[in-house]
Amino acid sequence: MFGWLQQIGHRVLSIVAGLGRSAQLLLAALMGLGYVLKNFRLLIKQVYVTGVLSIAIIGVSGLFIGMVLGLQGYSILVDFGAEDALGQMVALTLLRELSPVVAALLFAGRAGSALTAEIGLMKATEQLASMEMIGVDPVKRVIAPRLYAGIIALPLLCILFSIIGVWGGMLVGVEWLGVFDGSYWGNMQASVSFTHDVMNGVIKSIVFAFVVTWIAVFQGYDLEPTSEGISRATTKTVVHGSLAVLGLDFVLTALMFGDF
Amino acid sequence: MTTRWIEISVGGFVIAGALALLLLAFKVSGLDINGDDEDTYVVYAHFNNIGGLKPRAKVTMAGVTIGRVAAVEIDPQWYDAKVTLRIDNSMKDKLSTDTTAMILTSGLLGENYIGLVVGAEEDMLADGGEIRDTQPALVLEDLIGKFLSSMGKE
Repeated sequence: MFGWLQQIGHRVLSIVAGLGRSAQLLLAALMGLGYVLKNFRLLIKQVYVTGVLSIAIIGVSGLFIGMVLGLQGYSILVDFGAEDALGQMVALTLLRELSPVVAALLFAGRAGSALTAEIGLMKATEQLASMEMIGVDPVKRVIAPRLYAGIIALPLLCILFSIIGVWGGMLVGVEWLGVFDGSYWGNMQASVSFTHDVMNGVIKSIVFAFVVTWIAVFQGYDLEPTSEGISRATTKTVVHGSLAVLGLDFVLTALMFGDF
Repeated sequence: MTTRWIEISVGGFVIAGALALLLLAFKVSGLDINGDDEDTYVVYAHFNNIGGLKPRAKVTMAGVTIGRVAAVEIDPQWYDAKVTLRIDNSMKDKLSTDTTAMILTSGLLGENYIGLVVGAEEDMLADGGEIRDTQPALVLEDLIGKFLSSMGKE
């Protein structure tokens, strides 16, 4: 009886302790902004690793998702004789939901897992400890540039995703299925508002970038320094990151678009 | 992989992101550089029923968009809908005081928007003026109700 209660208590305490450590790490990394700005090269290197190297996967998925939206949207809208609204449908779906969410999910898989594994291996091979020995703060040197790089890279990737997706929708809708291109763009421009749709999508992706990168660097920094620990932490980064993105997406959507 | 190449590609990445945002702003959302409020003036219109009219719906004259609906609220004095219209300054002092406002529907199931028809009066609507002569939205249920009651009389 008491063993069972103790188990619950232990789990809860360890979850709370983990949350506390992650908050401490986040605070320390955010305080490292001055160091990152002074060593700007570190940030650029990380933006390259997390952002530039993710362009290919973001571009290809954006193109295909846009094309699928064009095809599916057309097949539904044509029943109502409303295929002229295809541009509006594709653009709103991408800007409001799909590009922030899908870009963040891909980012968690492509860049987040790499971050965790890299930091985890640094910890396992005691590179972080030796940095501390020579008087370099590993949180400022290793964690902070990666955190800021993720927050910079994902919103840019999300914007690229939207543009490529809208273009892919046009490719299918206008070039292939014969929607009039004036009504594709015209209906899109009439219904998409810059502040309400474009900026809210960008804000969403900034929040997702923050959360995904935070989870990734924390899992890497906090893992058990064994090969098994690294593999578990990498899995956790992708799973927790994706779940956090999907859950937060509902909250943010309710806040941004919930007032009719 | 030299540092130079890394820096060049990151620079290209950031520029591409900024350009894509500009494209989204102008090509997708049709953002007007001229701020919303500076080149417009406000006119109020009272309707008995606005149907499905929403803020940001367009205001047209002869089918050409000349403004937007800024706000929709209830007027507690008359219990009717008070609609705030923002009209482009190019139409300032060109709308007579007896301008008619109607709530129209684009297509059979489309969005509601406002159509203006200018009157014959010499005085022009000023900033903050009110349109008195309005025609409420066509509500399908009312139409069916009228149709049924006229069927019953025969």
